[in-house]
Amino acid sequence: MQRVTRSAIIDAPIERVWAVLRDFNSHDAWHPAVADSFIEGGEAADQVGCVRNFHLRDGAHIREQLLALSDDSFISTYCILDATVPLQRYVAMVTLKRVTDGDRTFWHWQSTFDTPPGREREFAEMVGTGVYEAGFEGLRRYLRQGAAGMARHAMPVGGEMMGQAVVLTAFGGTDRLAYEPIAVAAPGRGEVRIRQSAIGVNFIDIYIRRGDYPLVTPPAPLGMEAAGTVVDVGPEVHHLLPGDIVAYASGIPGAYATLRALPADQVVIVPPTISAETAAAVLFKGLTAEYLVNRTHRLRAGDRVLVHAAAGGVGVILCQWAKYLGAQVIGTVSSEEKARLARDHGCDVPIVMHDYRFAEAVKAATGGRGVDVVYDGLGRTAAAENYEALAPTGHWISYGQATGPLPPLDAGQQAAKSLRLSRPVLFHYTAEPQRLREMASNVFGLVERGVIRPVIHHRFPLAAAAAAHGALESRATTGAIVLLG
Amino acid sequence: MIKVYASSVIDAAADAVWAHIRDFNGLPKWHPGIAESRIENNWPADRVGCVRNFRLRDGGIIREQLLTLSDYDYQCTYSILESPMGVQNYVATLKLAPVTDGNRTFAEWWAEFDPPAGQERKLAEDIGQGVFQAGFNALKSYFGQR
Repeated sequence: MQRVTRSAIIDAPIERVWAVLRDFNSHDAWHPAVADSFIEGGEAADQVGCVRNFHLRDGAHIREQLLALSDDSFISTYCILDATVPLQRYVAMVTLKRVTDGDRTFWHWQSTFDTPPGREREFAEMVGTGVYEAGFEGLRRYLRQGAAGMARHAMPVGGEMMGQAVVLTAFGGTDRLAYEPIAVAAPGRGEVRIRQSAIGVNFIDIYIRRGDYPLVTPPAPLGMEAAGTVVDVGPEVHHLLPGDIVAYASGIPGAYATLRALPADQVVIVPPTISAETAAAVLFKGLTAEYLVNRTHRLRAGDRVLVHAAAGGVGVILCQWAKYLGAQVIGTVSSEEKARLARDHGCDVPIVMHDYRFAEAVKAATGGRGVDVVYDGLGRTAAAENYEALAPTGHWISYGQATGPLPPLDAGQQAAKSLRLSRPVLFHYTAEPQRLREMASNVFGLVERGVIRPVIHHRFPLAAAAAAHGALESRATTGAIVLLG
Repeated sequence: MIKVYASSVIDAAADAVWAHIRDFNGLPKWHPGIAESRIENNWPADRVGCVRNFRLRDGGIIREQLLTLSDYDYQCTYSILESPMGVQNYVATLKLAPVTDGNRTFAEWWAEFDPPAGQERKLAEDIGQGVFQAGFNALKSYFGQR
């Protein structure tokens, strides 16, 4: 009986390496010596007892059986049943261990077997070098290729998994939010299942909770935005891979959860330089700012813009982005402290307003002319002042209504200033996956260049979502609020 | 009972790293947090059951007993008899494994123990970072990074 041991360090998190190795049929995708492989009898490739039937590139034919598989210990054990090479009583074990210092993976690969007398050295060399060492290199190459090459083997981990979610039990106050266990089925066709570590809180969540926007029928989980790690993907998902750090801002509520399955089309990969928490804090708000400055209105250098709630989640990013594009940025805030924050993020003229009176100050800051664009997240209470603050041929962009629905504007009023009125909704802009990825890439690109600097002043555990809502509704918060799953 | 685990990669062969750390009385030689150490009762430092009595750079005294030592597995286990941290049932293992690809060493260090109430997070951080990772960092710097 002889023993062959090889080990290596792989520059990838253990979850990512394990997602590939736990699939007993993945080796023809990553191992350079394996020509083709299938699992006999249509069994799942992570079912203990399943048999993989494969050819090596040199023509050898081998059948191997999976003997044990542990997702907790990252261990896979298998043996050869039949082979055209004379390896007898071959039992091998793959063990992964986490390198906590650098988020890498230690891969230990060991086997015992018998060979015909006199051929010990030949087969020890074949297994150790031709199979194990070549496998280390093959997997490294495979992981470098990224998602495109891997989608075929991004198989579901299998069945239902349990998580926790914040569920809206009935429309109303924060007392209608309950923290409950949920079962999340394996991802179906076109879906991805995500273990969510950071969840963004947005004002739309409050509208939905109150019943202002008819997007859910209680009981239903809330939340439009989260980031985390891909657990598994269903068939026909080609841009994501288990272990990828991803984020989404989805039109379908349900993000207040530790685990979620949703259409993969709405999910984007987070660049490695950006943390999940940052992604959850900036994606929804950043995509909103993206369409507001690039699409609903194509903002140009010299444009004068008014940003309400300039120290809020969207407001801060709008100030940063508009300033970056060369606009003159005027913002409204409710306190001196918020004025300082807005100024730090690109707001040239922060106006501390009382009772939603700001038009006079805006006129003063623009030499009496008014602004070219109003980014209006306030709605009803600020309507008359917004009208007043706009310059002739200005663009009134009503993208939110924190103080209540915007009253109808009559055509005569619009004509008096040749005003344009837009009433955009994020999810119409992000409905096309191609455009969503383009918008997300613009947002993440500006985060990486330091133009968008996330302001996370408030973190709550997911179970305390009600407290997060209370804080946001009190208007006492600045920047983004993140729930940690 | 909580478990603290840390692991790292040292750019030297496991034999060399083990030779550097196997001396149960040798912490001051390689660990930056340890000022001085002695073995009680004049026992040899590789006899299972011996007790090392050492002083931290911040002044605390710790007594630890060697429970197992294996040159074959590059592994030793020890328990804390007395320390200023107030931990109970503390058993730790330091283990090396050769990385054949590149002739390096995979080092693991973990402990299981009962912390005083409310101290879980602080002790996990102090031990995981202040003891284990600090030790790895010292080894990495001693053996150099290729």
